[in-house]
Amino acid sequence: MDLTAHLPALQVVVPMLSAPLVVLLQPRGLAWAGATVAALASFAIALALTIAVLDGQPQVYAMGGWPAPYGIALGVDAFSALVLLVVTGAGAASLLAARPSIDQQIEQERQPLFYSAWLLGLAGLVGIVVSADAFNIFVFMEISSLASYILIAGGPDRRALPAVFKYLIMGTIGATFYLIGVGLIYMMTGTLNLADMEARIGDVVDMNPILVAAGFITIGLALKAAVFPLHVWLPNAYTQAPHMVTVFLAACATKVALYVLIRFDYLVFQAKLADHEAQFALFALPLAILGILVASAVAMFEGNLKRLLATSSVAQIGYILLGASFVSQAGLSASVMHIFNHALAKGGLFLAVACLAYHYRDLRLDQLGGAAARMPWTCAALLVCGFSLIGIPGTAGFISKWLLISAALESGPWGWGLVAVILVSSLMAVVYIWRIVEALYFRAAVEGDSLPAEAPLQLLLVTWLVALLNIVFGLFPGVPLELANSTATLLAGFAS
Amino acid sequence: MKLLELLGYFNYWVFAIILTVGLYAVIRKTNLIKKLIGLSIFQSAVFLMYITMDKVEGGTAPIIQAGVENQIFSNPLPQVLILTAIVVGVSTLALGLAIVVRINESYGTIEEREILDAD
Repeated sequence: MDLTAHLPALQVVVPMLSAPLVVLLQPRGLAWAGATVAALASFAIALALTIAVLDGQPQVYAMGGWPAPYGIALGVDAFSALVLLVVTGAGAASLLAARPSIDQQIEQERQPLFYSAWLLGLAGLVGIVVSADAFNIFVFMEISSLASYILIAGGPDRRALPAVFKYLIMGTIGATFYLIGVGLIYMMTGTLNLADMEARIGDVVDMNPILVAAGFITIGLALKAAVFPLHVWLPNAYTQAPHMVTVFLAACATKVALYVLIRFDYLVFQAKLADHEAQFALFALPLAILGILVASAVAMFEGNLKRLLATSSVAQIGYILLGASFVSQAGLSASVMHIFNHALAKGGLFLAVACLAYHYRDLRLDQLGGAAARMPWTCAALLVCGFSLIGIPGTAGFISKWLLISAALESGPWGWGLVAVILVSSLMAVVYIWRIVEALYFRAAVEGDSLPAEAPLQLLLVTWLVALLNIVFGLFPGVPLELANSTATLLAGFAS
Repeated sequence: MKLLELLGYFNYWVFAIILTVGLYAVIRKTNLIKKLIGLSIFQSAVFLMYITMDKVEGGTAPIIQAGVENQIFSNPLPQVLILTAIVVGVSTLALGLAIVVRINESYGTIEEREILDAD
């Protein structure tokens, strides 16, 4: 019995079964430790799976020994491996750093339940990524969504509640749309397995239900992924969530929905539906451009640090969608690369915000004057991740911006216009990151003491680890780039 | 003939109508409980769609009986799927109601407008 063969299943099982165990660990230190160990274990599993995939062995797993398409299949290829690394990495890093910040924000007796919901969220997200079954994806999507509603509602401010209510309504509508789409496809093909679906759609005589299904699935997932203009739930939810929850969700939650969106539109529908390429591009491209420009512009005028970064996430989702909408190999690999790099940059930024929030209760920019003098290390880490978000050479963000610009130039006569969009929005990113820098470094402290007071070491170390990773992957983008390129080859191979 | 064809899709018409009624309630109602009721109606429509598509005319439950041959079975899979989806719907509703209770505790109202004005 070889344990490595079961890694795709263990990836989901480990965090999911740890969740009820963590509830039993009543002393709060133990609950945190248990959750962190489970998250680290699932990160280790993701690493092992990535190594197997890099060796050229995509993993396929038949749940319970039932062969696909009758049983539920799990599968890990280059695309899933990269997204798994992002999800489990974000889960592990945020949990590692979480304790001081959570101790401040969540009542002690509720902490075991809170960590348990966290693990369920992680299990749901990795479940979506490893599933090769359309209905299974729906179930895991709802597990992760329900868990994240609970996590966000844990925010200390009462405004978290209306924010999470809005997220619940919109998230459920998105999931139900996805369910309708899956139902329509099942009706016409009689299968839920993604690979089988892709093969059988070709035999369907009446394509209208499939076309409707493509619409429902794309819109439903766009709602979950907060694609502009379906993003209205995101800024409030991320602003009001406990700081460490924002780190976790901002780094990976919307990206998983984009992962499913790309997988469906490329692997299942592309080349099977007449003109699907053109329709998908026509749908995604304007939304991506609008999202990039509008959200960046809004972020320039945002007064609250957390809300500013949340708004900028909407623009970054636009970049990922932009790459996918080129329907080219270069565009896809830029898009997939940006999933990875944006998780690093935004995760690091929100970690730094959590450090700041340890001493500053009010995160409005005009209240943060003089923070650099009090917390020099935190502010320096924030600066590094901010550079990565802008895309300054030497940081991870530069790699994906560069790929995106080269893909835009290849994409046809409109290429130059798209490059202009990317450059303009990067300039806007310079403006909003500069506003943060100005507040932290060049403005006098509002009042109160200005003695040096760094964030707790646990929080600071993880923040710097992520900040350094931004530089490491900016200088040596080897592994993620290889995964992104083989993803693009895989997806574009189906498209042509 | 045309009319019969349209009537033949009766369940799907009902599905579409319930779906839009639910969605309308979610968007239009300002009371949070009514919004959740709308959400439930919206989800129930999908249950109807799944149940409709698995029905085979003259089909029964898929149990193999001794001595009975050439039996037509209805497809059991969509029923299983929708059982799962109902569970998901119930848990979403429960969580939604729990959030509304907490909103009522901290704001003293469940009217959307008044909550927006309170902050």
